[in-house]
Amino acid sequence: MRLLNEEAIENIAIGAAFLGCGGGGDPYIGKMMALSAIKKHGPVTLLSVDEIEEDEVFIPAAMMGAPSVSTEKFPKGDEFQRAFHKMAHYLGVEKITGTFPMEAGGVNSMIPIVVAATEGLPLIDCDGMGRAFPELQMTTFHLGGKTISPTAITDEKGNIGLLETADNQWMERLARVMTVEMGGSAQVSLYPSTGKDLKQYGIQNIVTLSEKIGRIINQRSADLKESLAELLTTIDGKQLFEGKIVDMLRTTEKGFNFGQVKLEGLNEDQHSELVIHFQNENLLAEKDGQYVTMTPDLISIVDMETLVPVTTEALKYGKRVRIIASPSDDKWRTDFGIETVGPRYFGYDVDYRPLEEL
Amino acid sequence: MYRIGIDVGGTNTDAAILDQAHNVISSTKYPTTEDIQTGIEQAVRQVLAGTNIDPRNISQAMLGTTQCTNAIVERKKLSKVGLLRLAYPATESVTPYTGWPEDMTEAIEGRYQILHGGFEYDGRVLSEINEEEVKSVLKEWAGKIESLAIVGVFSSLRNDQEYQVAQWAREVLGADFPVSCSTDIGSISLLERENATILNAALDKVIKITTMGFEETLKKENITGAKVFLCQNDGTLMSLEYAKQFPVLTIASGPTNSIRGASFLAGKKEAIVLDVGGTTSDLGVLAEGFPRESSFAVNIGDIRTNFRMPDILSIGLGGGSIVHEKNGEITVGPDSVGYNITSEAKVFGGSTLTATDIAVRVGAADIGDPTLVEDIPLAFAEKVMQKIQTMIEVEVDKMKTSAEDVDLILVGGGAVVVPQTLKGVAHIYNDENAGVANAIGASIAQISGQFEKIYIYSQTPRAESMQDAQENAAKQAELAGAEKGSTELVEIEETPLAYHPENATRIKAKVVGDMKGLVP
Repeated sequence: MRLLNEEAIENIAIGAAFLGCGGGGDPYIGKMMALSAIKKHGPVTLLSVDEIEEDEVFIPAAMMGAPSVSTEKFPKGDEFQRAFHKMAHYLGVEKITGTFPMEAGGVNSMIPIVVAATEGLPLIDCDGMGRAFPELQMTTFHLGGKTISPTAITDEKGNIGLLETADNQWMERLARVMTVEMGGSAQVSLYPSTGKDLKQYGIQNIVTLSEKIGRIINQRSADLKESLAELLTTIDGKQLFEGKIVDMLRTTEKGFNFGQVKLEGLNEDQHSELVIHFQNENLLAEKDGQYVTMTPDLISIVDMETLVPVTTEALKYGKRVRIIASPSDDKWRTDFGIETVGPRYFGYDVDYRPLEEL
Repeated sequence: MYRIGIDVGGTNTDAAILDQAHNVISSTKYPTTEDIQTGIEQAVRQVLAGTNIDPRNISQAMLGTTQCTNAIVERKKLSKVGLLRLAYPATESVTPYTGWPEDMTEAIEGRYQILHGGFEYDGRVLSEINEEEVKSVLKEWAGKIESLAIVGVFSSLRNDQEYQVAQWAREVLGADFPVSCSTDIGSISLLERENATILNAALDKVIKITTMGFEETLKKENITGAKVFLCQNDGTLMSLEYAKQFPVLTIASGPTNSIRGASFLAGKKEAIVLDVGGTTSDLGVLAEGFPRESSFAVNIGDIRTNFRMPDILSIGLGGGSIVHEKNGEITVGPDSVGYNITSEAKVFGGSTLTATDIAVRVGAADIGDPTLVEDIPLAFAEKVMQKIQTMIEVEVDKMKTSAEDVDLILVGGGAVVVPQTLKGVAHIYNDENAGVANAIGASIAQISGQFEKIYIYSQTPRAESMQDAQENAAKQAELAGAEKGSTELVEIEETPLAYHPENATRIKAKVVGDMKGLVP
């Protein structure tokens, strides 16, 4: 058990944006919400999954919809209070013991901190992705056979939907439609879980990992190589490429950003070229025509000099960046995992191969 | 007839007089004074002194000034602001002034209320504004605030609520009470737009002092027949009346003026401009004759905003940059002797080795006493020049938008430290008037016009609607003093409002034109 203060939040926001692999939204507004909440209610208690009981009930908190909407219309602040209350009633439990993030990303790493602070609940150090993914069923809870239902979806106006769906894909479809009607951005509580579920299906220590990554980036030493090496050791990853963005290809389909970003090598990669295929998140990296990293393994784009992660919305011509890859959690590297979030699910005609083999 | 341009910078106040054919008749530099005003007066007097021009024959006077920026950075002379955020029930999770430096919030007393209002992303109403609610807050604030800021959720999409609330505010606080609406100032992203609007409101007193002071100075120097303008940060001018409403638009007009001046001197519309000062250098990009806009949030006085700003890259390299050598590795800057170059640099008899000394040693510049740097080994000096060259090449490349070679225009007092050839650069332009490029930029600034309206394509076809918006923007520019027929479209923005009745689209058009009576 430990307390998360303002400094911890600054670090978690930036580290989670790194793990967000280009998706998960701009950490700024999420961070502002979290800082406001702990300023008002005090620091948040972080518990590891070893510190919770198997039969206690936990509900994650997340924001769904377009990140660009949430920079303009952000929550009222009591949405989850209502959602948690309704959910507890619906589940027939007396008390929700705590909350946790469903994904690592600029915004959704922060929302559970806001909820934990305002509701006085502990935050549990695990999530359901270990990175960011675009759809609700793309979680390790889904892989474990856990159902997403019931899910509560709510907005600042007071609307609450409690959904029970035929399967997890249906939840994605129906909740997506409601999100659009609620104004393009909504708050969701999904996969209500027991302590046992968290221990079994959750990706552990993700908040702590985000914080470590964020601290390395925020307190970058004068020696960039040293900080970079520390970062790579922390995530067990490698630098794929150093280069400059020379071309961007972008289209928006059904509310998602599809595209390719092409980089021309610099320094050691001077005569190489790298292409990243993204759909909100970075999914595939192709160096000189060869795939070098594939989803669900993580591809993060960071600023060449500051190591600050760059979201797909902020990519632009001429930006100098480093491409960093790291292996996904083993939970994703199963047949079912690859079927759920592998290259073929996103429409790329290639079989998944782990980062270590490429 | 003549025009006079004045640019107040951090170090110098520059002035230039141009004739109708855009020839530079006279130019000068005067150290910027703490009160700004004295520096402007002296520069105007000095630039006129070198000519036999009758001040009454000056038909336009343009001022680019840092007074607004300084007021924010120093937290001085700011107005007490009340902010109405039209958003309830949304956005309460982050209240206004979150993330602001405390001394800034204190300086403007930071009053705010989150009231009913706002729109959804598709133009639907989030909640209706309430006259009674708005007016009761304003009555409570009357006498306590000096300026009002209004921001609404998605007001960059629909501004009718903000304008209605502004109307109510005038009913309660008086017809002349200063009101800033966010829709006129920033783009999407509520907090950043809100911050920019608060800053605009806070600058109300500063801009009034600035404009009055400028008018007085001109009168004192017998420039009585001139139309008076302030420079804004997109390279165009605003009348004093307009400037009083949008003081925040004067911020960063300095770098813009220097980019525009550079464009004029080199006769180029596409290039990278390198403005080398004493301590730092600014790189900007000229695109179609105007500075490229930054696409990111910009911090002003530690406050995050998102209104348009020129895309400027600053590097710690200037004429006064100190040269170090440690274990055989050479570094130049970011520390600098700054103002004190004329006493501390070796060529001036000082003891600090600066970039300028190196330029003199290799024969690239003729400044001070070259015999004082003869003791520097030539091989070492060349290595330092090589280092400076690499530093500039990397930064120039960062600003490029394609891999092709670009033209580079050098301006500013420290330009001598820049090598004659650079990788990735096709041609380097360097004009004898480059030292006062910013004052020249101020005097050649153009007039802009903007127009914004919601069109329904089923009634007015798209092409016709776009044409109409452009024509109306041109009319606005002509009203502001632009020559008829000289206007060019520089920006057109289409935003579909899906849930608005009959699939409406908002069109925003911006044109610029030459000032009447002064055809280049």
